Amino acid sequence: MNFDLSQEQVAIRDTIRELVQDRVAPRAAEIDEKAEYPKDIERLFADNGILGIPFPEEYGGISGSSVTICMGIEEIAKACATSSLILAVQALGSYPILVAGTEEQKKRLCPPLASGAKVAAYALSETGSGSDAAAMKTKAKRYGNEYVINGTKQFITGGSIAGTLVVFAQTDPEANHKGISAFVLERETSPWQAPKLEHKLGIRGSPTAQLVFDDVKVPAANRLGEEGAGFKLALAVLDRSRPGIGAQALGIAEGAFDYALAYARDRQQFGQPISSFQGIQFMFADMATQIEAARHLVYLAATKVDAKAPDLTKVASMAKLFASDMAMKVTTDCVQILGGYGYISDYPVERMMRDAKITQIYEGTNQIQRVVIARSLLK
Amino acid sequence: MDLDLPPAHASFRDGVRELAQAVALPLAAEVDRDHRFPQEAVGAAAEAGLLGVLIPRQYGGLGLDALAFALCIDELARACASTSVIVDVHTSVGSEPILLFGTDEQKRRWLPRLASGELLGAFALTEPASGSDAASLKTSARRNGDGYVLSGTKVFITNIGHAGLYIVFARTGPDERAAGVSAFLVPADTPGVRIGQVFKKMGLNGSPTGELVLEDVVVPAANRLAAEGQGFTVAMRALDSGRIGISGQALGIAQAAVDEATNLMKGRPREQGDDFTLADMATRLESARLLAYNAAWLCATGRPFTRQASMAKLHSTDTAMQVALDAIQLAGEEGTISGSPFERHVRDAKALQIYEGSNQVQRIVIAREMVQ
Repeated sequence: MNFDLSQEQVAIRDTIRELVQDRVAPRAAEIDEKAEYPKDIERLFADNGILGIPFPEEYGGISGSSVTICMGIEEIAKACATSSLILAVQALGSYPILVAGTEEQKKRLCPPLASGAKVAAYALSETGSGSDAAAMKTKAKRYGNEYVINGTKQFITGGSIAGTLVVFAQTDPEANHKGISAFVLERETSPWQAPKLEHKLGIRGSPTAQLVFDDVKVPAANRLGEEGAGFKLALAVLDRSRPGIGAQALGIAEGAFDYALAYARDRQQFGQPISSFQGIQFMFADMATQIEAARHLVYLAATKVDAKAPDLTKVASMAKLFASDMAMKVTTDCVQILGGYGYISDYPVERMMRDAKITQIYEGTNQIQRVVIARSLLK
Repeated sequence: MDLDLPPAHASFRDGVRELAQAVALPLAAEVDRDHRFPQEAVGAAAEAGLLGVLIPRQYGGLGLDALAFALCIDELARACASTSVIVDVHTSVGSEPILLFGTDEQKRRWLPRLASGELLGAFALTEPASGSDAASLKTSARRNGDGYVLSGTKVFITNIGHAGLYIVFARTGPDERAAGVSAFLVPADTPGVRIGQVFKKMGLNGSPTGELVLEDVVVPAANRLAAEGQGFTVAMRALDSGRIGISGQALGIAQAAVDEATNLMKGRPREQGDDFTLADMATRLESARLLAYNAAWLCATGRPFTRQASMAKLHSTDTAMQVALDAIQLAGEEGTISGSPFERHVRDAKALQIYEGSNQVQRIVIAREMVQ
């Protein structure tokens, strides 16, 4: 048993921490206000190897470890949840290739992602198919050596800016979830449309796109796994990515906590800092304890991804559920501690509270996490 | 990073589990109902060496670390919370101070008898007017020739009447607060040591709790633990690792509640509302388990762990209470009938939020360094 990060991980974390302090934190409020994708930060992450974290060295990356990915996401999310999604979605969009790709596919598709030349995205949800992913309508029909994809995907993080997109589609609509297959689309050869971006409560700089596939051709060589193996792959990918959402929630909560604590030590009322009041101290004690508890669950899940542990599904859901519920509670309490100042946009905690909300919803709502956890307990 | 239990610890835990399920579990309902000391379970634990988990081998103990201790208490509590608190108090606050602060002579004299279970340990800090504010204690230790004369009343003492050795905190003066407190090893058969009221409680009924009355008890200087005025330091250090044990108790009670609720639900039609409650219970328990293991691991590797132990105690005991309440809700009326494990867990769990530093005191400890 060892709760410490490795020396190498600490070195990566410190590099990220410094970059985030210098270059990301000063941009966070503006990114949120303008709701603009921070291309500059994507380039910063690419240039500094951060987008290579999800990939093992043989595919051009620097790690491939879920613990390292979570550590990176957590560190970035402390300052800017939108920016943390650049790494989180790079991991999410690459997992299908790393999990189900052939050696040839990994060698061909991963290096441009690992170098940051391209960013990835993951297209599963549809208007009528959210938690019920198996109900998807997007179709892929085979003609010789290629497939033709038709349909619409909804709520695709980074779908409008991705160079590489993993799309799930029905190759055998009669077979229901057993008819779903996964494809890797490269923008140059298989262009898709992104006609609509959503206006959102939080993570406003991260583009959430509706994607339209109108006779989009994709080579059969870009199918991941067998026909019909897509649904299983989608779930296996979510097992691996959910700890990352937990890490994002953890980082958002820590960012808000650190800000509120510094504020409370400084803010004078009744002739003393408000941090001297026991009512406020107890709020900090509870928040710190919940953050610490969530941290351990997130990293337990990450170690289980790396170890391919049999109970990964359950623990990944627990980490995502607990950390995101924690982040919502902690950020709300931090707004409370700042009072009126917490509610206005001159201070970052209201943004963090808005950013926290999505972590309870995406990559499986927390209701779905409870379904997953209960299923594994009661089987 | 590797958050799995080390194989040796996992196998130790399995051994304790086997013993606890075989010996302590069958007694749990009965000792609760009859308010009787679970002698068979404590005896079996002693025979297996579990009363000397933390005591080095040279003194007859198992020489294991804080993580093993937490696992041991966890498994005992999962079977019988009363048994777990008896062993916990004996092992941590009742014996460990001698290990941490005792002279070689004191260790040689007392540890082998504590490790074997010949003597059960106890910790006498709290007084009627001195609970969370332990530094205000009034029991006096007057110097008299080569020894001390102790007078006063201690209250809420776990293992009362069964302990062979009490670690008693008393004022040697002149400071009126923490700096005037010293610690003493007081054998139960010392003249003037008397058992006062033994309380009827809401839960943990197999574990006796009561008053220790000290009437001009003469204690030789050789029985003073650490220097004069160091008693408060001894007490606080003992409680730091004590909190790891309480966390273990909380995990055990909560795990039992989750297990029983799960079994119940497997035998009836599924309802999503109930499924969600169970998912929340299990998730919270897993997070509490990791906090407790983290505190124990830090302690075992010789690093600062005060704050983590307080976090573990706070979160795991609040979790045990919540999980026990959720479990009885899932069980319905059947769970409220006396003799049902569901209602016993609720009563047992409540004490954990209060003793060895109420959860309000834990919040003070956690907040202290942050707000300074």
